[in-house]
This record gives sequence, structure tokens and C-alpha cells, in this order.
Amino acid sequence: MNSSSGKEYMSTASSSTGWKAADAAAAADQFPAGLRVLVVDDDPTCLMILEKMLRTCLYEVTKCNRAEIALLMLRENKNGFDIVISDVHMPDMDGFKLLEHIGLEMDLPVIMMSADDGKHVVMKGVTHGACDYLIKPVRIEALKNIWQHVVRKRKNEWKDFEQSGSVEEGDRLLKQADDADYSSSANEGNWKSSKRRKDDEDETDERDDTSTLKKPRVVWSVELHQQFVAAVNQLGIDKAVPKKILELMNVPGLTRENVASHLQKYRLYLRRLSGVSQHPSNLNSSFMSPQEAAFGPLSSLNGLDLQTLAATGQLPAQSLATLQAAGLGRSAGKPGIPMPSVDQRNIFSFENPKLRFGEGQQQHVNNNKQMNLLHGIPTTMEPKQLAGLHHTAQSMGNMNVQVASNGSQSSQNNPLLMQMAQPQARGQVINDSSLGHAPRLLSPMGQPILSNGIATNVSTKTGIQENIRAPSYNPVLQTSLMLNFPTNHASELPGNSFPLGTTPGIPSLTPKVAFPEDVNSDIKGSVGFMLSYDIFSDLNQHKPQNWELQNIGMTFDASQHSNNLQGNHNHSQPVLVQQGFSSGQVNGQNKSATVVSKAMFSAGDSTGHASAQNGNQHLNSLLVDGTVRVKSETVADATPTNLYPDHFGQEDLMSALLKQQDPIAPAEHEFDFDGYSLDNIPE
Amino acid sequence: MRRQLAIMRQSLFDQGYLDEQFIELEELQDDANPNFVEEVVTLYFRDSARLILNIQQALERKPFDFNKLDGYMHQFKGSSSSIGANKVKAESTLFREYCRSANAEGCLRAFQQLKKEYATLRKKLEAYFQLARQTGPLETASRPK
Repeated sequence: MNSSSGKEYMSTASSSTGWKAADAAAAADQFPAGLRVLVVDDDPTCLMILEKMLRTCLYEVTKCNRAEIALLMLRENKNGFDIVISDVHMPDMDGFKLLEHIGLEMDLPVIMMSADDGKHVVMKGVTHGACDYLIKPVRIEALKNIWQHVVRKRKNEWKDFEQSGSVEEGDRLLKQADDADYSSSANEGNWKSSKRRKDDEDETDERDDTSTLKKPRVVWSVELHQQFVAAVNQLGIDKAVPKKILELMNVPGLTRENVASHLQKYRLYLRRLSGVSQHPSNLNSSFMSPQEAAFGPLSSLNGLDLQTLAATGQLPAQSLATLQAAGLGRSAGKPGIPMPSVDQRNIFSFENPKLRFGEGQQQHVNNNKQMNLLHGIPTTMEPKQLAGLHHTAQSMGNMNVQVASNGSQSSQNNPLLMQMAQPQARGQVINDSSLGHAPRLLSPMGQPILSNGIATNVSTKTGIQENIRAPSYNPVLQTSLMLNFPTNHASELPGNSFPLGTTPGIPSLTPKVAFPEDVNSDIKGSVGFMLSYDIFSDLNQHKPQNWELQNIGMTFDASQHSNNLQGNHNHSQPVLVQQGFSSGQVNGQNKSATVVSKAMFSAGDSTGHASAQNGNQHLNSLLVDGTVRVKSETVADATPTNLYPDHFGQEDLMSALLKQQDPIAPAEHEFDFDGYSLDNIPE
Repeated sequence: MRRQLAIMRQSLFDQGYLDEQFIELEELQDDANPNFVEEVVTLYFRDSARLILNIQQALERKPFDFNKLDGYMHQFKGSSSSIGANKVKAESTLFREYCRSANAEGCLRAFQQLKKEYATLRKKLEAYFQLARQTGPLETASRPK
């Protein structure tokens, strides 16, 4: 039996010295031996048997009889396991819930087990994303092949990366590294080249996807989305039909179905924005106009930010372009909010550091502090606040921020940012924690702070911003976008997250985004980006739209939301989303920063200005670590009404972010930046 | 003595007390875990006793909470099947059916039967392992028939 041969093998493999070369080869051949399995089952008999079986298969087994402990273990050691096997019926947590969490936060393959072989239970496993379902009693033969799920998942992730636009994982990593390097200085050169590369790739990917795959998932890159939006605007949102849009866009390989589904999502996004914003009528109309206004100032910022972002690598070159385009397009001339460049920088710088923190730091505490800064500051202060937020956000490392909401909703803005940053940190851990809190964040403030932990601190903006919620982002970067939205939950939003001082009062903010909670659960797999934005979005939009979309959309919504408020374009929200995502995924920090900033924006919008500023700030920080920031801040300063001035480009940013995030995004999503996100969601 | 052990073992299979899953356990046993099967079975009886008690108590409360009973029995069934306790597993399946059809009478009857089978299996396995310890490690497990 295996055991005897296995033992032999092991002893051989472990012999060192003379076997070095052999060892190396052996290690490669060893797979699947050494596969790190976590098995969760409340039945001690089964657990013991499974452990022995898995050991016999030469896997490295860790057993656990409580789901919560399992989650803790996974969070503590994000990369410590390759696959999880879990029972369905457990006393402390439903196996499917655990499955969701793992999918969202860690994106590990999960196998469900049960003595129950009823069709509906098995189906539930499928719908919740389990990669396999074993009927008890489990035989060792069934366990011998579980490694295939690990390989398969990895393979899909790679594919996703490519599709999302990153040249390859290497590039993505490279970008991350670049991002890290960039502080506030924009690296135009790099940005341009990476942008070009990205553009090429994206285009190719898209076309390939649409033409070769049976059910091609169209990657809605920033450019593509821009084209789409342009076409829709040209036709008029009411008259925009897929066929005409397709014709106007004139993109080879794009089908009517692709456009139709994208349009549907877009419509939902807009509806969300309008529904959330205080000026419902604005939604669609405001979408355009606020954008313009917002863009005005934003455009200038966008350029800066985008570049910065691009430089940092976080913001995919394309996204930046998109953002810029968006910003430019929008700004049509409405200066609206003059964003102080200075502030932006601050934000930017802040963001970076914060983002990095995301990693695991639950700096919630920090966030709170920072957030408070923001909150306390009256609207005029906004820019500063944003900066403060950023700081906090950054310290939080993204995630912490979210949690930060700790109640201090006002300061929450930062948390958002931070949260966004978190995604980077791999935040899953953080996210989790924050997330965990997030729902709770609803915090005392009364505002459901981005439940995801993102404690939507967003409110920082001086009250107005309430939306800043950023915290919700749950940068879950990786797989689970945990959209920290949680705070965003629509329900909460009403004031949630934005601790802004105004706090609970901010009904407008409320959950437009509402996603967070909803999203989280849904997100499960896709997340990666945890759109903290949700928080923002909450403000603007409660609707967590499919989470997946939501993530992205959330930002959109969030930004849009703010737009609505301000009259700015809602697009900004999307930007946020992106940011959040990006941060989550890759570099996490930068991206999240952007996201956060965006979110902030949104938040700002809701509140009026503050959010804009915050948002901007966040964005900046998020995006590029600074590049984005610039943008946001300028916006914020502007009249309260416009805070979001621009979400400028938020859309662009978002797309950029989204794009960036794509790589990070879990295989499921292709985040293409749909502004509203989630187009990636497989259609 | 070995022969006696082998006969005892075979009869457990023939009479349906144990099924293939038990052999899976035997196959897992190796030099590193020479008493694996016995350890698992001991763990099973200890843990399942708790479940039996829960069910017992639940059956003393009227009216019956069929959902809860079904839940307990589901756990019990999972455990039993993992060690290859064939008859016990069959009885628990029956019990669950009665639960689903909210047949209180049927539940009570099935439970009584289950307890009997459970006790019988326990006795038999205890005797088996005792003999096994005396005889020394078994040779490779052989599937019945």
C-alpha cells in the first residue's frame, strides 16, 4: 500500500547531501506529495480517518474540528495551504458558509464532504463554488486525486491574469514591484511603456477571448468601456440599444450579446447611482453632467494621477488612459473643483504607506485616528482630511481601516482608504478581520460602516463625506473581493461609514453601496478586490449589485453617488472601485489606495464635498500611491457640492483600477474595469 | 489463534456487521500506526455514545423535534459509515426516514433497533480486538469473498 512505499520514498527524498540534484528533481516530481491540506470536520472519527488517509497519500495534513479555527488558521497563514476539505454539517458554522469565506478571502480550492448525497446538497456545493463534493464514507482513492483541483485553479488564475490585461503574472508582479518603488514621483516612462504593453495585451486578449472561446468572456478594458460609454451617450441612455451601440463602437470581435449584458450592468449601475444619490433624477442625467463638472478639475488631476498611477504600475496603463480620457472627456470644461495639487500629493504619499500596511495590519486603530482627522474637519478642510485619511488609511494598511470604523465613523474615511490598501496586503487576513468587523461596523455610529471592516471611515471628509467609507473595502484582494462593502450595505449606509462626524445622520450616504455585506457573501470568489469601495458605493448606491459587479460597480456607485450629490459624475465611483480592487490584488496598496480614494470620492459626493475630497485623496493614494491622490484632493476642495469633481476620471480611474485589478482579481472575475464593475463576472 | 481471529473477522463481514469501509481502515494500518483500526473504532464508540445519548434525550421530549433528531442521526450515520458499521448504518437510515415522514412511532422503534445493533457491534469488535492484540498484528487485510 502506499504507506510502505510512501515511507520509503520519503526517506529517500529526505536523504541529503549526495542527493541534492536528485532532491531537486524529486521535489518537482514529488507533487502532489507535500500538498498542504486542511481538513475540517466536527466528527473526530472521520477526522482521524481522513488525516490518516491523506498522510498516506503523502500530503501534509492539518486537521481541525471547528470551522472558525480553520478560518483563523487560513487567515493567519494565507499561503500556508493548498486545498481545504470541509464537512457540510458542522455545529459552529455551516460548511457552505466556510466555503464562501474561503473562496472570497483566500481563493483556495475547497472540497465539500458529507454523508448526505442528496442532489440538492451537492448542487449547493456547486453553486457555492466547491470544486468537488465527496460522499462519506470517503475512500482513499477519492483523496488521491484532489491535487488536480489545486493545479486546475492555478492554471485558471494564470489565464485570468492574462486576460485581465497583465502581460503575465510576471509583469504584474513587476508592476507591483514598480508600484512599490514609486512613491509620489510619477514615472511617466514606465507608465507609458507599461500602458502600451497593456493596451496591446488587452486588445489581444479581448479579441482572443471573444473569438476563440466558446463562451468568451469579454474583457471590458478601460478603453473598451470608454467606447461603450461614448456610444451610449451618443445615442442617449434611453435610446441606447445593444445593436446600435455595437455599431457605434465598431470593435471587431465584440458581439451584440457582450454589449447587451454590459449595457444591462451599466444600467443597473446608473440606477444604483441615481437611487442612491439624493438627486435621483440626476442619475442618468447627472451622470453625464456631473461628470463633466467633475471632470473639469479632474481632468487635470487625472492626468497627474493617472500617470502616477501608471507609474506605480498599479494603475494599468490603460486604466490611466481611460481615466484620463474620462476625466478629460468629462471635464468638458467644468473646472468645478479645483483640487489642490498639494493635497493630492499628500494623499498620495499617504496612501502609499498605508497601502502597504494593508498586509495584515489591522491597523484599525490607526485608521480610526486618522479618520478622525478627517471627520473632524469641516468641509473646507476636506483636502486635508483626505490627507489625513490617507494616512490613516495607509497605516491601516487598507484593511485595518475598515475595521477601524471601529466605531469612529467619522474617521472612517481613512479606513476606507486603508482598507483599500489592504487588498494589497493580502489582506485577506486583514480583510477578514476587518470584514468580520465590518458587518459589525455598522458600528455604533449607527452607520453601518462598511461592514467589511472597512469601517467606512470615509466619512472623513468633514462630515460631508461620510461616504468616505472606504473602509469597507475589504481589500480582500485576492480572491474574495470581499467587498468590504459591508459597511456599505445599503441598509447601513445611511450614514454609515462615514463617520464624518455627521455620522449617522448621513442618510444619504447610506448604503448605496450597500454592498458590503451582500457583496461579501457573493463575492466569494471574485473578489479579490474587495471593493472597499463598496463603502463608497454605499453612499451612493446601495445596491450591491452582484457583488462582483458591485465591487466595481460599487466604486462606481460610490463615486457616482457622490457625483450625484455633487452633481459630479458618478463615474468617479467606478473609479473607486477600481482602486479598491487594484489594491487588493496586486500591489494592493497602490491599488487600494486608489480605490479608496475613489471611494472617498464617492463618499465625498454624498456628503457633498467632503467626500469628493476624500475620494480624490483616496483615489490618489490608492492608485498609484500617490498619483491618484492628487486627483482626489483637488476635487475635494471645491465647493462642497462638487466634491467629487471628478471623480474625474473616476471612471477612468476605476477602469484603470479595475484593470489593474484584473490581474489580481480572482480568476473568476475579470474585472475589467467595468466601471461599474464587474463585468468580469462571467457572463 | 490466528485462525480463530481470521474466522471471527470473516464472520463479521459475512453477517453484515462490517462492510468494505472497515477494510479501508485496515489498509491504512501500517507499521507507523499498528493499532490504527482499534484506535479509530474506540474513538468512534466514545464519540457516538454521546450522540446516542442526545438522541435518547431528544426522544424523551414530546413532541419530537424531528429536524433535530434527523440532524443528530445524520451525524451518527456519518460516523458509523466511516468505520464500516454496516448494520448500524442501515438502522440509522431507517430512523431518518421516519423522521422525515414525522413518524414518531417509527422513530422510537427504529431507535430501539439501532441501539441493539450498536451494542452488539460493540461487543463483537471488543472481542475481536482483544483477540487481535493477543495474536499480534494481522497480515494484509483481505477483502471478504
